[in-house]
Amino acid sequence: MNNFIIAATLLVLLGLAYQVGLTRSRAVADASGQRLHSRPTYHGIRVALWVVIPAALVLGLWALFGPGVADSFVRSQIPADVAATLEPNQLNNAISRIKAIASGYGVIGQPQPFEADAARALSQFQLYSFLIVVLAAAVIGIGMLLYARSRIAPGLRARNQVERGITLLLLACSGVAILTTVGIVASLLVEALRFFTFVNPLDFFFGTVWNPRFATTGTGAQGDYGLLPLLWGTIMVATIAMLFAVPVGLMAAIYLSQYAHPRVRSVIKPIIEILAGIPTIVYGFFALVTVGPFLAGFGASIGLNIRATSAATAGLVMGIMIIPFISSLSDDILRQVPQSLRDGSLGLGATKSETIRRVILPAALPGVVGAFLLAVSRAIGETMIVVLAAGNSPVLRFNPFEPTSTVTVTIVNQLTGDSDFAGPQSLVAFALGLTLFVLTLILNVAALTIVRRFREQYD
Amino acid sequence: MTDIIDTSDRSQTQARLGRIREGLSRRHRNELIFRGLGIGAIAIALALVATLFWQVLSKGVPAFTQATLHLDITFDEEIVTAGPAPIRSDHGSVAEYEAAVLDWRRALAGTNWNALIELAVRNELPDLEPEPAEVRRLVDNNAGLLLRQMYQDNPGLLNQTVNVSLLGSADTDNWLKGTVNRDLPDARQQLSPVTRAIADRFMADGTITMDFAWHIFGNTDSRTAPASAGLAGAFIGSLYMMLVVIVLAVPIGVASAIYLEEFAPKNRITDLIEININNLAAVPSIVFGLLGAAVFITYFRLPISAPIVGGLVLTLMTLPTIIIATRSALRQVSPSLRQAALGLGASKTQMVFHHVLPLTFPGILTATIIGVAQALGETAPLLLIGMNAFVANIPATPFDQSSALPVQIYLWQGNENRNFFEARTSAAIMVLLGLMIFLNAIAIFLRSRLERNK
Repeated sequence: MNNFIIAATLLVLLGLAYQVGLTRSRAVADASGQRLHSRPTYHGIRVALWVVIPAALVLGLWALFGPGVADSFVRSQIPADVAATLEPNQLNNAISRIKAIASGYGVIGQPQPFEADAARALSQFQLYSFLIVVLAAAVIGIGMLLYARSRIAPGLRARNQVERGITLLLLACSGVAILTTVGIVASLLVEALRFFTFVNPLDFFFGTVWNPRFATTGTGAQGDYGLLPLLWGTIMVATIAMLFAVPVGLMAAIYLSQYAHPRVRSVIKPIIEILAGIPTIVYGFFALVTVGPFLAGFGASIGLNIRATSAATAGLVMGIMIIPFISSLSDDILRQVPQSLRDGSLGLGATKSETIRRVILPAALPGVVGAFLLAVSRAIGETMIVVLAAGNSPVLRFNPFEPTSTVTVTIVNQLTGDSDFAGPQSLVAFALGLTLFVLTLILNVAALTIVRRFREQYD
Repeated sequence: MTDIIDTSDRSQTQARLGRIREGLSRRHRNELIFRGLGIGAIAIALALVATLFWQVLSKGVPAFTQATLHLDITFDEEIVTAGPAPIRSDHGSVAEYEAAVLDWRRALAGTNWNALIELAVRNELPDLEPEPAEVRRLVDNNAGLLLRQMYQDNPGLLNQTVNVSLLGSADTDNWLKGTVNRDLPDARQQLSPVTRAIADRFMADGTITMDFAWHIFGNTDSRTAPASAGLAGAFIGSLYMMLVVIVLAVPIGVASAIYLEEFAPKNRITDLIEININNLAAVPSIVFGLLGAAVFITYFRLPISAPIVGGLVLTLMTLPTIIIATRSALRQVSPSLRQAALGLGASKTQMVFHHVLPLTFPGILTATIIGVAQALGETAPLLLIGMNAFVANIPATPFDQSSALPVQIYLWQGNENRNFFEARTSAAIMVLLGLMIFLNAIAIFLRSRLERNK
């Protein structure tokens, strides 16, 4: 309902402003007999921009800070004598109960008198603040409308203003990407720092035991949050994946780019790239029901104890997922090696494979290494395959045929279905996320720099 | 080559030639081996694609047919004791009538509808004398509810006999399809010997047929009645998320691409944005889930496990993909077009929006589809914003609790009735892959058209 009113207000303002600009500019042109610098449409858009942007700004600020203001309002509504008796987390609990009562959802148990009062005050406050904000937006909009309308004259450079506005809008849109990064870094840092108030960072980064207990209130024991078993599991799975994917992916890329007939290439390349488009949950299921049992049976037949869900299973399937990634990136890079290098080597009598091994690959090495780094970064961040196929056993083990666990699996386990970030049990997910983000960031930046240098070298 | 060739000594020349020949044949052998390795790598990759699809298809296709009983059910008044529905004219006031209707419905709820099924089965197979529990295991748990709904909608059925189609239970389906080992001893079978005998007899006489399982598309997930669990809720949830992605990611992504490609000055800030976008494209998807949990759910208090939050998270995730693909589409527009527009006096904005952008439209559409297909299959971030909650309703708006297709796959693969849900999960995967192949086919079609137009 509220969203509907806001959207309606903005739309009415928009339509009104456009019409006013359009008709006013025509009238001005007719009255003065001069030609307009810009066509009436631009005048309409100009007025609309002048109106909608400030109004939307007001509403946006309210959306951003409204919840915080409402929070402090509730805090102020709890009587001081009651507030003094409550622990901090009880106070937070009371605040969320009051909000729940105010929003009409109701709460468990009978609301206390002060809660009911505060809830009534809160719902009134919300209604009034909403009305005030919408009215303020409308008033500001109309004020801007009158101002923008009064400026309309034949010589007004409306088109230039509109174009500047459009450029700014485009800039703002590309700012969303920056904002996303800032949001990721900020949210991970804030929550991770909260986690480190519970657990010593040294114990986290260098601990060798992972055993977070369940969040039971009142028990002092918080469990062990050692990152190393998870990190080791991640590295092991990613290594197995790379050991499988690099030879297959690279050889496939070499064959497709150097040997294959163009027609063969145009058929096979898309088929391999199908692998890249398959959702990772499908790979996870494939690992769980096909590859795992197959590996276990294979192990039994050669007298090796291989568990169905193990680092090897997850790594192998992750390798399958990465093959197209490596092959298409390497393919791109191999094709960028100048033809003159190839011709020179062939002209000296080298065979095709000698040319590839001694000339093309060394020339393309930086780019190929960059592609591998990107693939490693993808393997480290992959989640669903390991959730399903790695066995979820966060113990420091060196046997790849035993179950293991990774950073991503643990993030899922610690945070799934838990929206209340109060204890270290759920907050640790953000510390793990931060570790993951930093790891992949380093790999990505290194890889992108290497690939870019490589491209510039042969451009 | 620099050796001095001693022409006087022919045997030495012979030896040399032999060495060269030997070397050559070794080199050619290496060439063949290298080539073979390449072909081997391709063969491995192709075999993997084939295995994956074969596994999904061979496991998933049987799930699209399901054991369905066609029983002659008699709504016997000895069992349906609630009697006929109250009639409006028998009651004075509206309130009285409504009270009577409520009473009637309560009586219906208290009726043992499963007894109707037991009766029907006993009539068909009088010699087996099954216990009530043994019949109940034959059909899905919601069969009684279906009969009740039927009767409630049409009270005229009292004492009538109608042929009703009821889904067999998951265990019956397993038994008849042979997904459980039929030779296991009784103690390890899910169904009692009598139930298994009924199932076999019904299968033989055509009372049970393997019908196409339409309910996979029409029903929502169900815990109590696993055999009638379907994908409808997850499908609608995914649809809402994709709508959010299209509405938000496409305009923002295209606008950023236009800015970076056409307007951005070459300076530090532009470089920063560019590096940032390239890096975002490689950030693990689960990190976006953490962002969603911390920002959208904890800070903005958006509803948990709602498609709107999922859509927002997936929007941020697909944005780099769309930006990068749109930029490459913009780059393909020839500079002469831009120069012609500018030369005729168009402003830069007019040049971009009137002349360049219309040409890139198929490219943008392709970028959109690639982004949407990527978002459609993403699971990990959705788990972190609570979309793995069990939801038995079709969401009415994007703000309601809902599941999503990949998350439904995740939930089903974890179901304890492995034998039944392995097939059901594969069927869900087939639906998801089918959607993605459809989307990608559109993308390829558009790309080929775009390339032909140039």
